[in-house]
Amino acid sequence: MAKSIKVRAKVKGGVTVVKTLISHPMETGLRKDKKTKKLIPAKFIQEVNCEHNGKNVLSALWGTAISKNPYLSFKFKGAAAGDTLKVSWVDNTGKSDSVEATIK
Amino acid sequence: MNTKRRTFLKSSATAGAIGVAVSAGLITPRAVFAAWPKAAFEAKSFDEALKGAVGSTSMADSGDIKLKAPAIAENGAVVPITVTSKISGTESISLLVSNNATPLTATFNMGAGAEGFVSTRIKMGKTSDVVAVVKAGGKLYSTKKEVKVTIGGCGG
Repeated sequence: MAKSIKVRAKVKGGVTVVKTLISHPMETGLRKDKKTKKLIPAKFIQEVNCEHNGKNVLSALWGTAISKNPYLSFKFKGAAAGDTLKVSWVDNTGKSDSVEATIK
Repeated sequence: MNTKRRTFLKSSATAGAIGVAVSAGLITPRAVFAAWPKAAFEAKSFDEALKGAVGSTSMADSGDIKLKAPAIAENGAVVPITVTSKISGTESISLLVSNNATPLTATFNMGAGAEGFVSTRIKMGKTSDVVAVVKAGGKLYSTKKEVKVTIGGCGG
C-alpha cells in the first residue's frame, strides 16, 4: 500500500516540531452519494499515534469532524536530530497505516 | 537510562489506558478500537460529549490556553485550529464544536515530553463556538472562540 502519511519533523532549540499530513477521505457517514442517493458509509480515522524511540509522544482520538486529508501538528521535547519518529493511524473500518520518519 | 525510564513510566501512567497499551507494545487495531470512546464521539449534546471525553463538565475558563481559529471561515469543511496551552502538566487537549451534530471533534493525549500544542483542521456545519478543553493535574480548563461559517461563500 502506498504510504498515506507524510511527516516532517525538525528539532529547533530542543523542541521537535512535527507536521503530518495523512491522505484519507474522512467520510462522516452523513453524506449522500449524489447519483445513487444512498448514504456513503462512514470511514474516518479514529486514532493517530506518534512514537519516538518507542515512547508515545502523542495519541490523538478523532471523530468525524476532522477535515478530509487531515493535518496534524504538535511539538515535543527530548528528541535529537537523526532519531526516528513513528506515526500510525487506524480508521473505523480497521484499516491502518504507519510510517517512520527521521527527525531533522 | 534510569531517568528516561522514570519519565517513561510516569508518562504512560498519566496518558491512561491507551498510553499503557502503546508503550507496552500491545498495540493492535482491535485494542485501539476498544480505547476509542465511542459514546463520547457519538453524543449529540455538548455536556454528554464533554463528559465522555474528559470525565466531567465542570471546567474553569483560563487565559493560559490560546485558541487560534479564524473569525470567519468561508469553507466549513476546512477550519484550521491551533491550540496552545501554557498550563504545566497538560495531559490532554480536547476540541469541541458546540453546534456540530456530534460536538466532540478530537482529543489529543499528550505523552512523554509533548508540549501543550496541537494544530489541525476541522469541519464545522454552521457558525458555532469552538471550545478547547485542557486537562491538567486532574482539573479542566477551557477557552472558546466563535467561528462564523459562511456557507454561501459571500465572505460576509
